[in-house]
Amino acid sequence: MEPLYTGSYHVAKDDYTSAGHASADIKRQLKQIGVSGDVLRRVAVASYEVELNLVIHSLGGDLTLNVYPGLVELISSDIGPGIPDLKMAMKEGYSTASEMARSLGFGAGMGLPNMKRNADDFDIQSTVGVGTTITMGFHLA
Amino acid sequence: MKVSELIPLIEAKNLTPDLPADREVTCGYVCDLLSWVMAHGDSGMAWVTVQTHMNVIAVAVLAEMACVILPEGIDMEQESLNKAVQEEMIVLQSPLTAFDICGRMAARGIPANN
Repeated sequence: MEPLYTGSYHVAKDDYTSAGHASADIKRQLKQIGVSGDVLRRVAVASYEVELNLVIHSLGGDLTLNVYPGLVELISSDIGPGIPDLKMAMKEGYSTASEMARSLGFGAGMGLPNMKRNADDFDIQSTVGVGTTITMGFHLA
Repeated sequence: MKVSELIPLIEAKNLTPDLPADREVTCGYVCDLLSWVMAHGDSGMAWVTVQTHMNVIAVAVLAEMACVILPEGIDMEQESLNKAVQEEMIVLQSPLTAFDICGRMAARGIPANN
């Protein structure tokens, strides 16, 4: 099915200054479309987490927003390096973030679990040397 | 309690005076790990942190907080304050420690959660 609205954002590795731009725009677009309340807040939190993950951990990637009737979909797709141990990465408190990320207050190992908690549907696929794709769905009441 | 009432309670200076301070404070929090705050932040929250970079504003806005409070007279970079004004997030600076700020808020009945 063709989405009613689609938007795509490139997120660069280590770009802490621009981090948050994509998720702020996603929130703005959804607000304009008429998404509000709890769903808007959950999408905003999850999109910020996934955007930061691209900045902190990936070699760069893209964040895509698709809006369908009754569903908001967020897809994060990066070009590597891939996650060697997905089970550990999904564990609260486990982090491989750099000193730079930690000095800014990131890297508490809450990102992926927080995305999963906020999304209604959550899927992560990762191959070392290839990249990681995260797909999240949020049901519109 | 409104942000305008919180300001004298914690002897704070409003670093974003152009923003209306009539937002309701419904709960309080103190934490400097932004990813932790992302997981536990809530709407109407008055968040005490020593972090001052731009991502603080992004986190507060996304969680729809009432305000950010910098303890111990910590200054915020102009770049972050510009972002705060643009995103309509109130930033307060208090001479008190984070411990004292939270103590005063708690004593006035501001809870930890909504």
